[in-house]
Amino acid sequence: MAKLTFQGGIHPYDGKDLSKDKPIVELKAGPVLVFPLSQHIGAPAKPLVQKGDYVYRGQKIAEAGSFVSANIHSSVSGTVKAIEPRRVASGDMVMSIVIENDEKDLEMQYCPPEDVEKLSKEDILAYIREAGIVGMGGAGFPTHVKLSPKNPEKIEYVIANCAECEPYLTSDYRRMIEEPEKLVAGLKIILSLFDKAQGIIAVEDNKPDCIKLLKDLTRNETRISVRALQTKYPQGGERSLIYATTGRQINSSMLPADVGCIVNNVDTIVAVERAVIEGKPLMERIVTLTGDAMKHPRNYKVPTGMSYSEILEIAGGFKETPEKMICGGPMMGVAIFSTDIPVTKTSTALLALTKDEVSAMEPGPCINCGRCLEVCPGRVMPSKLADAAEHFDEETFLELHGMECCECGCCSFICPAKRPLTQEIKSMRKIQLAKRKK
Amino acid sequence: MSTQYHVSSNPHVRSASSTSSIMTLVVIALLPAAGFGIYNFGLRAALVLLVSVASAVLTEFLFGLYKKKMTITDLSAVVTGLLLGMNLPVTVPLWMAALGSVFAILVVKCLFGGLGQNFMNPALAARCFLVISFPRQMTNFISTGEGALDAYTGATPLALIKVGESVNVMDMILGKTTGTIGETSTLAIVIGACILLLAGVIDLRVPGSYIVSFAIFTVLFGGHGFEPAYISAQLAGGGLMLGAFFMATDYVTRPITVKGQYVYGIFLGIMTGVFRFLGPGAEGVSFAIVLGNLLVPLIEKYTRPVPFGGKGVKRNG
Repeated sequence: MAKLTFQGGIHPYDGKDLSKDKPIVELKAGPVLVFPLSQHIGAPAKPLVQKGDYVYRGQKIAEAGSFVSANIHSSVSGTVKAIEPRRVASGDMVMSIVIENDEKDLEMQYCPPEDVEKLSKEDILAYIREAGIVGMGGAGFPTHVKLSPKNPEKIEYVIANCAECEPYLTSDYRRMIEEPEKLVAGLKIILSLFDKAQGIIAVEDNKPDCIKLLKDLTRNETRISVRALQTKYPQGGERSLIYATTGRQINSSMLPADVGCIVNNVDTIVAVERAVIEGKPLMERIVTLTGDAMKHPRNYKVPTGMSYSEILEIAGGFKETPEKMICGGPMMGVAIFSTDIPVTKTSTALLALTKDEVSAMEPGPCINCGRCLEVCPGRVMPSKLADAAEHFDEETFLELHGMECCECGCCSFICPAKRPLTQEIKSMRKIQLAKRKK
Repeated sequence: MSTQYHVSSNPHVRSASSTSSIMTLVVIALLPAAGFGIYNFGLRAALVLLVSVASAVLTEFLFGLYKKKMTITDLSAVVTGLLLGMNLPVTVPLWMAALGSVFAILVVKCLFGGLGQNFMNPALAARCFLVISFPRQMTNFISTGEGALDAYTGATPLALIKVGESVNVMDMILGKTTGTIGETSTLAIVIGACILLLAGVIDLRVPGSYIVSFAIFTVLFGGHGFEPAYISAQLAGGGLMLGAFFMATDYVTRPITVKGQYVYGIFLGIMTGVFRFLGPGAEGVSFAIVLGNLLVPLIEKYTRPVPFGGKGVKRNG
């Protein structure tokens, strides 16, 4: 069988060896936790508590503001200290619930279903919605919305996105190695929502141990197959992944469900398992602390709301002062100027780099080499789009299909003139998307 | 406030290759052919190359002073100067080589906005400029090596073929013939081309479609039908190899789209054939490429790639 892959893409230094072989360590929450009300795509959640209220671990402290939104739960017991704007990774100030940890770990009584097999589809979705699960690969799209497509009977594939193509990140890898049965169980729950669907666990072939483990585990599952993908960035991008596994293409104005697919990330599927089997809400996630400046790179299970600076302190801090700190991976992550930022449901990693390659490079003129076209998984013309964006030529930008860019960063990575192509295109897309909403 | 870290838009890593590293590779790849030219034509060839490179770099430097933006470190002026020098006959007056370089860098490149903005290959445009302005000096070729016969002094292999003489194809492949400094040895040019192909600087789309379409055109309209010796001589002569691998592949002046590159290559093949077989002259590579350069915006416009998912649902899984 031909290798499962897509056209374009790049092979950056993957840095996964730094953290991949060390088991996940569970961290205890710090003294103060911050829960931004908007840590998902959609309407911000509405607070259910007030300043001074006492909350338990696992208590719902904010509820979904609309259908496309998600509940938020406290990851500690303690007192609500404030509801105020706090800085998040994107640099914005977001209204957040601040909770002082009383270290007593008083937990809510969860009510898991007596028999999962007997749950109706509506019940399963209700459990998932209640748990506040969102896409944990980074986008943060509410999972209950994703799992409620217009025509559920037309879904043919439920794809578990285990590619983890982003360099340095190993949280999904550790999750698959340490709790593969939870991934399979979670996938089975999601499959029970779609009668005609086949489950595909799609893993990049740089993780042969995961592939073997998951293949052994799913040997007797008729509805689940494990597929090896070529290791290439952005293999785990939704569009690339669907194409690699099913040969179907979607563009920017289509949803995976339009071609009969549902894609979920490893951690999201494990959260679904926890929500439905144990009735537990989403209040922790795996975060990779890594980079050449990190003293002890490894994966941690972190309560949501905990600040990165506290995690760093527990994790042993830096080996060398970093020049750049990134929330997420080097390709799609967000650079942060301070680590006083809370871990949210979508935080995948904290990357500390001793050198900021980008600021050391002076962008030069485009030499028309065409490498950006070759690596672009969206098959658009990044150099021409960036040109149009730079001159604010909206007409040309749209005519050259600028909206089909998925902002993966391959063009900026490969550009020999070191032009900030992705940045230019992103800014223009943002403006165009805002205009569409009007 | 604690330490503040650098902030910039993603991605936060970059590939190792840069404009200057690409230009360095092109210079290295040109060295076998340039070196053979010096071996073939003697030390004066080295002097011509030196003058054209130095005046190209100096022009770029002076323009950089004027614009207060130094760009010589990208090494593109070295490539332009070297390519121009390799496209000159060894007998060319040195001031003419310098003039060509100034024209290439100042008029063709800098005045249109510098690297990446020129719509013609600077070295070739300068060669065309010199050929038109000084036709006698620019076609003053001398015989070389021991294999050259005195009777043929001053005629390039293609000129000989044109008047019905026979040529030694093996000599043409090795380069023991006359012509411009860098164009005679097919072997040396192909070695350089292999360096660029292996380093991923160029691919075979433009040179391949250029050479193949020219070969087909030769069979159809060359007047000799399918005669391997004649076709080989046509392919090895007249700077076709140098043009196909080093000048038609110039990033700035070839189409950026994949389909467009095939169209461009085929166009060059046909035009070179038209100039060689239907025109009065024996050569046509430079003019074909320069003409092709002018069509690039048009070719690009009609060969835009279809975006991923652009055609909607495609099921082949």
